[in-house]
Amino acid sequence: MSRRVLVVGGGTGGSIVANLLARRPDMEVTLVSREATHLYQPGLLYVPFGWVSPEQLVRPQRPLLHPRIRFLHDEVREIDPVRRVARLSAGELAADAVVLATGARLAPEEVPGMEDAHHFYSPEAAVRLRETLARLEGGHIVVGVAGVPYKCPPAPLEFALLLEWELRRTGRRSRTRITYVSPLPRAFPIESVADVVEPIMARRGIELVTFFNVERVDPARKTVSSLEGEEIPYDVLVLIPPHRGTAPVALDGIADRGGWIRTDRETLQVAGYDHVYAIGDATDLPVSKSGSAAHYQARTVAERIAAGNPGRDIRYTGKVMCFLETGERRATLLRFDYQHPPRPAPPNPVAFALKRLFNRVYWALVPTGRV
Amino acid sequence: MELKVDRTIDARGSYCPGPLMELIRAIREARVGEVIEVLSSDSGSKRDIPKWCQKAGHELLRVVDEQGFARFIVRKAR
Ligand SMILES: Cc1cc2nc3c(=O)[nH]c(=O)nc-3n(C[C@H](O)[C@H](O)[C@H](O)COP(=O)(O)OP(=O)(O)OC[C@H]3O[C@@H](n4cnc5c(N)ncnc54)[C@H](O)[C@@H]3O)c2cc1C
Repeated sequence: MSRRVLVVGGGTGGSIVANLLARRPDMEVTLVSREATHLYQPGLLYVPFGWVSPEQLVRPQRPLLHPRIRFLHDEVREIDPVRRVARLSAGELAADAVVLATGARLAPEEVPGMEDAHHFYSPEAAVRLRETLARLEGGHIVVGVAGVPYKCPPAPLEFALLLEWELRRTGRRSRTRITYVSPLPRAFPIESVADVVEPIMARRGIELVTFFNVERVDPARKTVSSLEGEEIPYDVLVLIPPHRGTAPVALDGIADRGGWIRTDRETLQVAGYDHVYAIGDATDLPVSKSGSAAHYQARTVAERIAAGNPGRDIRYTGKVMCFLETGERRATLLRFDYQHPPRPAPPNPVAFALKRLFNRVYWALVPTGRV
Repeated sequence: MELKVDRTIDARGSYCPGPLMELIRAIREARVGEVIEVLSSDSGSKRDIPKWCQKAGHELLRVVDEQGFARFIVRKAR
């Protein structure tokens, strides 16, 4: 007997889970996504420096999917997790198993004054920042995040390090001051990583302000202030906006106040529903919101659905693997899970080469479920 | 006396974003007066969580040592 699987969201996690299941003849897979295209978000980091253009980061969704997948370019408005029925704009859809992979949305409206801040988490914002940086002669650039959680925890730090490198290469470094504000007592959540990065920041003259949880931006005075009561003036402000979950659900209690779907940290089941799963950025899991986490979670969920019995012991171990680029053609690889903290090597050219290779092979290997 | 906890976050094995980030997120979402419990297996939490609570003006009500992890109980104070 074939089983109907509904995957909501055509980003990294949704595409992988759908492709893995579609290889099995006993699965009937439908993928619903609001976008007709797939965006390689990690590439947005390079857009502000003009190293890639947003058009190079987007491809049509359909060719990334197995031919057996039914792809609907539509929006899921609501889901009944008990009956497993989804309401789309084009009607209703019932399934035996549902996978929610709806990602996160940016919520700049939650911080007063955010309209004066730049970021690079959407193609439009990244292009606007590129234009500002191209015109930049000098001044004080402040980089940080406006809220937690946010996608890809290394990204704002990588941006600050790449910016420092780029300003040096274009002869503007001596006229600029770069400050990195961190919500934590150090530059990065993981101490072993902060221990590697902080000396690099110090050597390259990037000032670090810790325990700075952004509360508001004052565009008239050009200052940013924190919950902890500090105020910093800026000429250019680069702040990753707060993120929110996107759960399209009917029942209360399925998402927390941030909109993140309550997800079991090992089975990936949603709030106790046997055949409803959530993966990736949309969840409330205590792992970094990253394509890498979504990737490993997608594999776990595909295996669980294929095994048929939700009690079977196939579990997500908290695995994440991601790169941290530090500029000067160097990077380091972070690998960890619920049991093992990362032990990063000093940033090196080999990890940098691997990251750049990954950027190119992503399309062939990742959304397709080949790796 | 038993404390009434409004929300528990199991951040054991959370290295990135980490238990303190999970706590900050929960505090932002909570209402003033609510009590949040964070479970952490990260040894750095013993130093970071009290430091942040003090700086941000929230009340660290209790730290309880368990087998292989600790519970941090925090009240949102403002
Ligand atoms: C600048 C930047 C750099 C990054 N760098 C890295 C990196 O180096 N390594 C890494 O691992 N990760 C990185 N990430 C993070 C990574 O891109 C995301 O974590 C990943 O895309 C999450 O996958 P997802 O499937 O959960 O969500 P997404 O890929 O965001 O996909 C969600 C999809 O669901 C659709 N959707 C939402 N709601 C509905 C609905 N109701 N109905 C239908 N469709 C819906 C959306 O339109 C979207 O297409 C980076 C992100 C950014 C912004």
